[in-house]
Amino acid sequence: MASETVVIPPAELPEVELYHAKSWITKYVFSQDAKVIAIQYSGTAVLIGLVGLVLSWLMRLQLGFPETFSFIDESEYLQYVTLHGMIMVVYLLTALFLGGFGNYMIPLMVGARDMVFPYANMLSFWIYLLSVLILVASFFVPGGPTGAGWTLYPPQAITSGTPGSDGGIILMLVSLVFFIIGFTMGGLNYAVTVLQARARGMTLMMMPLTVWGIFVATILALFAFPALLVASIMMLFDRILDTSFFIPMIYEMGEVIPREGGSPVLFQHLFWFFGHPEVYIVALPAFGIVSDVISTHARKAIFGYRMMVWAIIAIGGLSFIVWAHHMYVSGMNPYFGFFFATTTLIIAIPTALKLYNWTLTLWKGNIHMTVPMLWCIAFIVTFLNGGVTGLFLGNVSVDVPLSDTMFVVAHFHMVMGVAPIFVIFAAIYHWFPLATGKMLNNAMGQFHFWVTFVGAYLIYFPMHYLGFVGVPRRYYEIGETTFVPPSAADLNAFITIMVLIVGFAQVVFIYNLLTSIFSGKKSEVNPWKATTLEWQTSEFPPGHGNFGDELPVVYRWAYEYGAPENVDDYVPQNIHPDKVARKPIAE
Amino acid sequence: MLMAVVLVLIVVGSVAFHLVSPWWSTPIASNWGSIDTTIDITFWITGVVYVVVLLFMAYCLYRFRYNPQRRSEYQPENHKLELWLSGLTALGVVGLLTPGLIVWNDYITPPDEATEIEVVAKQWEWGFRLPGKDGVLGTTNIRFMNDENPFGINPDDPAGQDDLLIDDDLHLQTDKPIKFLLRAFDVLHNFYVPQFRAKMDMVPGMITYIWLTPNRADTFDILCAELCGIGHSSMRGIVVVENVADYEQWLKEQITFSQSMAGLNKKIKSEVKLVSRIQDKQALFSVHD
Repeated sequence: MASETVVIPPAELPEVELYHAKSWITKYVFSQDAKVIAIQYSGTAVLIGLVGLVLSWLMRLQLGFPETFSFIDESEYLQYVTLHGMIMVVYLLTALFLGGFGNYMIPLMVGARDMVFPYANMLSFWIYLLSVLILVASFFVPGGPTGAGWTLYPPQAITSGTPGSDGGIILMLVSLVFFIIGFTMGGLNYAVTVLQARARGMTLMMMPLTVWGIFVATILALFAFPALLVASIMMLFDRILDTSFFIPMIYEMGEVIPREGGSPVLFQHLFWFFGHPEVYIVALPAFGIVSDVISTHARKAIFGYRMMVWAIIAIGGLSFIVWAHHMYVSGMNPYFGFFFATTTLIIAIPTALKLYNWTLTLWKGNIHMTVPMLWCIAFIVTFLNGGVTGLFLGNVSVDVPLSDTMFVVAHFHMVMGVAPIFVIFAAIYHWFPLATGKMLNNAMGQFHFWVTFVGAYLIYFPMHYLGFVGVPRRYYEIGETTFVPPSAADLNAFITIMVLIVGFAQVVFIYNLLTSIFSGKKSEVNPWKATTLEWQTSEFPPGHGNFGDELPVVYRWAYEYGAPENVDDYVPQNIHPDKVARKPIAE
Repeated sequence: MLMAVVLVLIVVGSVAFHLVSPWWSTPIASNWGSIDTTIDITFWITGVVYVVVLLFMAYCLYRFRYNPQRRSEYQPENHKLELWLSGLTALGVVGLLTPGLIVWNDYITPPDEATEIEVVAKQWEWGFRLPGKDGVLGTTNIRFMNDENPFGINPDDPAGQDDLLIDDDLHLQTDKPIKFLLRAFDVLHNFYVPQFRAKMDMVPGMITYIWLTPNRADTFDILCAELCGIGHSSMRGIVVVENVADYEQWLKEQITFSQSMAGLNKKIKSEVKLVSRIQDKQALFSVHD
């Protein structure tokens, strides 16, 4: 890259005085330091994520061994399904990628001391925590949490035939409202920090892809969540004040319910106007992180950086005009199918290009098979698999037989469950030394990886075929039918056993995390020899204010790996060109 | 190295599983073979990409594994290659989308000669209505619904009087196209017969439709494919596809709307009074809570 000729602009503004904590409480509890907020966000997200994980075990026990566990009845099963989905998508993945990695990585990677609005950033976490507590509270109200499915489709979500239609659904909606308020405070921070607080020399096209991914995902979330916010509030009105936003006149439990004019399909449009970008809110940070981790551990410049950036932006833009591919069989105007199938398949092009570029980054690289790298490869496998099955479901008429079957469950778990979670693991193994100064135990890391990767593939790959058979999703039990062969029960039992094994591997992971913080091997500074700014701080791990007395100045892009004219195989972004050791030029 | 081997195993294992697993589309019983064909096309195009990308990656992991003596090649971009790859992908997308949209056009365009049959769903049971001798379904409204009139048929509409009401198994005759009009009374449901391939949500407040031609005589399950509350998984029905003679025989045994009203009238009048008294009481309670 011709980065050496870049002229570094002078600072436009003097530095803003950083907030300094005066007490233990303001330093570690009501902290305004993005790194502490990131850990708070991540810890809370992982804890509630573990609840989601346990719910999935209960669900799988029922599916794998029906009529065995008397403590699981149909309404409890539906409650597990609902809360598992909602927790994993919103309270774990969104919170962890944006609140966790966003807070930790953005200021460090763009060369800022902190987020630009630290106080709002702190509030963001505490409101998120409140939303989690409200969600947890719904387990303890009479009737329990809502069992309407994570999509919360009305009228079912608020009518009496659905579990949790008393208090559960109200708390669910209130919790979402708080989550969105909290997220907005954080989200504005992430976007403005990227736009306004970058180090001198850090042009947008020099930012690491991690920052690009989180930045564009944040913008998507800021536009998408309001749709969910209004939908939640309107449904609360329908539930509490008997309004008719989503409820037409219905005949329920032997009675005509005198509402008029509401449209259940309207809710679905609002939900998926949020819900589809939500997929990319989770995926784009994962795309960014995986690009950086692959590049670092393959010791090779990311292939096609500019195209990678434009692909992120293109995917982000397109993600707002594909939402109704979740609604091909919803009863919406069938002609929408033509439009949404076309836009949906177009989005496959930039997405495929990203995938090609990751594999091409491996081409002629010098690949360290570290644990973070293993997770990245596993991500590519599962994301490719999930992307391919997305081409089935996105293609309107192919969707018809597969919609609402286990094929859909397998698809979205592969593409937005397993794949992003693998990136989260890659990121944790990659950045754990930065955050703690310790290395994670490698043997436990290898064990965790192989069991999780092979296990997850064995869980979800065969599950698609249950969908081809026609097994519907969200079924407490399939029972006797004319079309499901008895062998499907064996497959279900196998899947459940694999789920429990993979679950055990996560216990090993948590144990590894906790013990390594205290007794892990001490990490050297910049153990992966990475170029990005977060590894170039004056203290290691980075302290309050991130960069000591002087903010870094950026001279080159984030992927200077293996450049032939340099002595070292990597050059950090902030090393002055005069200080880079060059090979003597051969005459 | 290990990872490269595992990737090859994944490719071989996935393809082998696809070829030999006992779990595959249940034999079709309608005209929607074209949907199955688009699935096959999609499998071929995406399957090739899946195999090629994974094998390429396995090769890279093996060939370019870490060697301290070596340096990776510095090649930040190759615009031409990226354009080629995007172009090929676009070509694949066109190959998928074209059959997809053609079949969708058929799917949403019922033939004129299709017979209309209404399917109604409520928590957690199915009902069916046939147009009767006049070939026209009577108009309906939720307002008319009660125990006597479970379909909410307009009692003043002459077209509705001869409608056949079926609360048991639905029978269809082979090779006659049918347009199903789908109606839900309470929450979302979805009319789903796996062997027919077609499916569509049933939405309170509107009438949706699908069309198909059953072409194989047999007995099939009807399932609800859209989550509809605690009875969702047990909301089953049966559809029997049979030849004309059997179908005509079955048709004769069904009762019309006016017959059912006449038969029910005497029995139900007393019950209605009781029900309305209970409802009054409930209204009283709900005012107080």
